[in-house]
Amino acid sequence: MNYVSQIVFALVLIAGIGYFAANLKRLIRNIRLGRDLERTDRKPERWKTMILVALGQQKMVVRPIAGILHIIVYVGFIIINIEVIEIIIDGLFGTHRVLSFLGGFYDFLIGSFEILALLVIVSVVIFWIRRNIIKLRRFLFSEMKGWPKSDANIILYFEVVLMVLFLTMNAADYSLQQLGSEHYQQAGAFPVSQYLSNLITPLGESSLILIERSAWWLHIVGILIFLNYLYYSKHLHILLAFPNTWFSDLNPLGQMNNMESVTSEVKLMMDPEADPYAMPEEGDEQDVAKFGASDVGDLNWVQLMNAYSCTECGRCTSECPASQTGKKLSPRKIMMDTRDRLEEVGKNIDANNGVFKEDGKQLLDDYITREELWACTTCNACVEACPVNINPLSIIVDMRRFLVMEQSAAPMELNNMMTNIENNAAPWPYNQMDRLNWRNE
Amino acid sequence: MSNSIKVPTMAELTAEGKIPDVLFWVGCAGSFDDRAKKITKAFVKLLNKASVNFAVLGTEEGCTGDPAKRAGNEMLFQMQAMSNIEVLNSYEIKKIVTSCPHCFNTIKNEYPSLGGQYQVVHHTQFLRSLLEEGKLTIEGGKYKGKRITFHDPCYLGRGNNVYQAPRELIEKLDAELVEMKSCKKRGLCCGAGGAQMFKEAEKGDKEINIARTEEAMDSKAEIIAAGCPFCNTMLTDGVKSKEKSTSIKVMDVAELLADAEDL
Repeated sequence: MNYVSQIVFALVLIAGIGYFAANLKRLIRNIRLGRDLERTDRKPERWKTMILVALGQQKMVVRPIAGILHIIVYVGFIIINIEVIEIIIDGLFGTHRVLSFLGGFYDFLIGSFEILALLVIVSVVIFWIRRNIIKLRRFLFSEMKGWPKSDANIILYFEVVLMVLFLTMNAADYSLQQLGSEHYQQAGAFPVSQYLSNLITPLGESSLILIERSAWWLHIVGILIFLNYLYYSKHLHILLAFPNTWFSDLNPLGQMNNMESVTSEVKLMMDPEADPYAMPEEGDEQDVAKFGASDVGDLNWVQLMNAYSCTECGRCTSECPASQTGKKLSPRKIMMDTRDRLEEVGKNIDANNGVFKEDGKQLLDDYITREELWACTTCNACVEACPVNINPLSIIVDMRRFLVMEQSAAPMELNNMMTNIENNAAPWPYNQMDRLNWRNE
Repeated sequence: MSNSIKVPTMAELTAEGKIPDVLFWVGCAGSFDDRAKKITKAFVKLLNKASVNFAVLGTEEGCTGDPAKRAGNEMLFQMQAMSNIEVLNSYEIKKIVTSCPHCFNTIKNEYPSLGGQYQVVHHTQFLRSLLEEGKLTIEGGKYKGKRITFHDPCYLGRGNNVYQAPRELIEKLDAELVEMKSCKKRGLCCGAGGAQMFKEAEKGDKEINIARTEEAMDSKAEIIAAGCPFCNTMLTDGVKSKEKSTSIKVMDVAELLADAEDL
């Protein structure tokens, strides 16, 4: 009998982790659809950024209430998952509370897991209230309707259920320990579940064993389901926050990348010696990539990873001056659109034996409108606000680059500005020869 | 007064065989915009007073390309950048000071990989160092005790982490420095960046410069200090449309200093 449950456990574990691994592979494949970008310089700074921003939650506490609640859930989640190690060993080898030989330290661990579990439940309830009763403005934008709203609530329900199962399992275990039941040796401290235990002890040994076993199984199966839910959810940030911050842009926020493909063309243009009709040298022939981005494949892989890392908290949007003044632009929507389109492209590839089949759609216009792109002031408030260093601005600018350099589709006033710069080196129609007139005025 | 300012150009100095210590990059707004020209002159007066050996490029200066780049025209940006770099390098320029955060950011961050490497400072940083070196002294005088708030230009503050220099200058005036609701890292944009200066805003329920002006008014400041000619224009327009032009002034930090010294 025992062997049966061990085999079932092993199969469930393999299925759960295997399916997740398959989705992880798909995720990496999709991210690699992006253009190459070298981001492995300045390693000590990268580690530091990851440790401070992702591990240390540095930018979360800019908003103290949400920040502290989030830290509780985050720390709780990580630490309580140490318990999963024991659950997996117990499940595979048919042991019970295998780590209890740690004695006092084990009691300390289980005791702190329980307190954290309670704090997580409290925090999650407050999160739910903020979303569904207080209705904070940033959770109510148009991009948050439908699935994103359900997704956010599903995650909260999941967390409460997992924590309740954990405490129920402990409560039943504690009751059984008190009753001196076989296999339930005295182990662990139960500062929270002892109260629950008092309520259920009268149910008797067999019911308690049923409760303990059910909660134990549901808890671990629930964790595996949650693990597999990540790929379909904004909750993927719990994993991607780490690589996403490691690969962040370490330059000053004001610095925008210089496009190398443009540099070579401009050099050619400005070089009086260059022969514009020269044949490219052998080995020099490469596909001339289009300027800027109209679809996800034109973005670089870090921008695509950014899209999967976004947990739709909306801090970017609530700091955005365009969004604050009622314009259509929402940096969060830029990230969500990029992810949704990338998912669509990924599914297309899966459905067509690994090759993308033209679907007549693209990120520009089908997802992100020009009105949104032109509303941006490039102020970097969204970039600064993101707790995991996502850069929505770089996507906006890459899409503007496509509009301007590939389609000449800038708003008319901007075309005038650019014509002025071309003709007289100023954005206004003043003669360059008058540039010093102020000296004598 | 205006005739008393000394503004040598690089070409003039070179002809005399002289080399300036620093190049003052005036920028398009500082050269052509009526409001911004006053900032340019105020800064020059301070430079003259501190006997700084500087020069301008004059007619050899051209737009850095910032608005083109941020509008998506990388081609035009790099053409501007390369022709400016050619001029700057031909004069062997080492240090640049500018009163425009957009020029500051572009030359400091985006020119190096195109072959233009200079030490670039914003005029508020430069003025602070003049004070530190004792080349310039400021007495609060007429600004003593006045409520002044500083609007962080995006490309100076968030873009390049310069928050203290302008604030320290304001404090040197013995003024009461007050902060707006969103400031420093979380400062609200004036609405001009990213080439918005040159176009109508997209449809919304408010103009960004009005939102920012309202924050400034909430701070009860008598003076909104700016460090960017574009922010200056946006906030001046904001104050005007709130019909507060008589009670709230929008001034560049350099103007405050020059005015305090009656220059």
